[in-house]
Amino acid sequence: MIAELRTVVDLGPFANISPGLTLIVGALLVPFLSGWVRSAWTLVLPVIAFAHLMLLPEGYGGHLYVLGLDLVTLRVDDLSWMFGVIFLIATLLGMIYALHESHWLQPTVGLIYAGSAVAAVFAGDLMTLFVFWEGIALSSVFLIWARGTNAAYHAGIRYLVIQVGSGVLLLVGLLIHHNATGSLAFNALGLDSPGGLLMFVAFGIKCAFPLLHNWLEDAYPEATVVGTVLLSSFTTKVAVYALARGFAGTDILVPIGAMMAAFPIFYAVIENDLRRVLAYSLNNQLGFMVVGIGIGTELALNGAVAHAFADILFKGLLFMSMGAVLFRVGTVKGSELGGLYKSMPWTTAFCLVGAASISAFPLFSGFVTKAMIMSAAMKEGYFWTWMILLFASAGVFHHAGIKIPYFAFFAHDSRTRCKEAPWNMLIAMALAAVGCIAIGSLPIYFYQLLPYASSYEPYTTEHVITQLQLLMFSALAFALLMRTGIYPPELKSINLDSDWFYRRLGMNLVEGVAGLAAAVGASFGSIVNGFTTTLGGVLHRHIGPDGVLGRTWPTGTMAFWTTLMLGAYLLFVYLS
Amino acid sequence: MSDPDKRHTIPLGERSYWLDRPSNVNKLVYAFYALCGLILAVDIFVPKHGPFAIEHAFGFYGLFGFFACVVLVLIAKQLRRVLMRPEDYYDR
Repeated sequence: MIAELRTVVDLGPFANISPGLTLIVGALLVPFLSGWVRSAWTLVLPVIAFAHLMLLPEGYGGHLYVLGLDLVTLRVDDLSWMFGVIFLIATLLGMIYALHESHWLQPTVGLIYAGSAVAAVFAGDLMTLFVFWEGIALSSVFLIWARGTNAAYHAGIRYLVIQVGSGVLLLVGLLIHHNATGSLAFNALGLDSPGGLLMFVAFGIKCAFPLLHNWLEDAYPEATVVGTVLLSSFTTKVAVYALARGFAGTDILVPIGAMMAAFPIFYAVIENDLRRVLAYSLNNQLGFMVVGIGIGTELALNGAVAHAFADILFKGLLFMSMGAVLFRVGTVKGSELGGLYKSMPWTTAFCLVGAASISAFPLFSGFVTKAMIMSAAMKEGYFWTWMILLFASAGVFHHAGIKIPYFAFFAHDSRTRCKEAPWNMLIAMALAAVGCIAIGSLPIYFYQLLPYASSYEPYTTEHVITQLQLLMFSALAFALLMRTGIYPPELKSINLDSDWFYRRLGMNLVEGVAGLAAAVGASFGSIVNGFTTTLGGVLHRHIGPDGVLGRTWPTGTMAFWTTLMLGAYLLFVYLS
Repeated sequence: MSDPDKRHTIPLGERSYWLDRPSNVNKLVYAFYALCGLILAVDIFVPKHGPFAIEHAFGFYGLFGFFACVVLVLIAKQLRRVLMRPEDYYDR
């Protein structure tokens, strides 16, 4: 399939270099450029990388021999190619969206981040995958920190600890796997060995499995306007790719995916920060892909890959539209928005295209991609999974399809008037919208790009009518609940999620131990008393609420040391 | 990064929009109700081929979508009692 698209030209030494490295090396130039030259370079670079990918021959390349390990840094096949293509498209859209940024930081780390993601999907062995897995974590955190707020700083540190932690699990897993099998090849891994199990958890963290998910909803909405758009495209989709490569057809993924698809939508209904609502719906869409990978038939895997491809475009588009609102109005809280269609008509229109696509309206991308997963679940007789996915489909329309555009652009007029989004954001949104409609309206061409030959036909009368029924009656429920006042209003609030365990319970335990030390100290005799209260005091001073080690510092120092150790390790691997 | 300075409140003499009139909103909503009725009615003429029997019942997708969303919202509303905290909860 790819062979038809690819004109094989002799790339010389570049035939052994990952297009991801093209992006990363090119990104290092960005800080040294300025003005329109820098802008032009950030746009030309993804195009160069794309051309590089198009010219790469299929197969393995970039062999390295380090520390007695055979590394295959480049593998181009149907699966990795598809992810490479959409990653580079998302990179270009993200760079167009970032053109108004005058500072070099975000385009630079954005391109390094995108390059790491591209290099990770083209990794032919697990060690190369690990290196870029960590590259993704270390580069992307700057897109959160660049927001410059206190909340973003702390969320970034939590994000980094969890992402680097996922990398450490991957590293331990791959070393165990290497010891057991003598191979580092990144192919089907399976859950029957401890190494495979650890890597499964590592992928699961990055893919936001239930209870391992909260870094996503915690960190993404705290990132910059541009940062959230880029973040939504890469990290979790690399994990989807890794699962599809290593664990296709693993049964346990089916219930895991179904839970992911269902649970976040409850949060999405009551969440006030509209970019956080989108983060929950991102988690929900990942659930569909994970189910597809778990079912593991050709139709299901095609569906998972197609849906990942489509999701990068429509979720990116939705995050872009909310980013434009944040940029112009200064907030994306549903409780403070409304009536913005008057000020931002184009942004509204593009947001509606994204909303229709994620909701899987006929003629929009979600309709032709999600249906493959649903259809595979039906074919293989997963009745309850199918029911849950149907529930999640109605739910995603409810919160991402209706709630996002409704509370931002319509609802009651917040009397806020602002300018339309900057031209560069409008162009990026327009291109993403065209992509969503093209995939949805001309699926025949899109299906030819998928890893397996597909005879799936999305546009049957039955499918169109039943899907329209599902969506319109979901909207009917919204309309009736809204007009009867039953629908919960947008309130200035946050909602507890699994991050509570480490952000609140963990803190209370630390404070409790310090308090206990002080209390035990007080009950002893005077000599002991003097000593222990000093100890309690010292503990309290360092670990208590105002202590150096209290609050954010434990995670901060941990992130610092983990990063340092990893950096040293990487250096060791590459230099020796 | 963002530029809230460019945020303005409603200018004097701004033109009124078609959607500003509640009667127009009602027109849209009633048209939508009619459309829902129509899409439910054509269900009779659409043969279903799926393997699950429940799917073949009249109007299954419509009813499922409607009740799924009502249940979703009602449960989510109750979840607020347990999960909702002030915005500065983690900063205190």
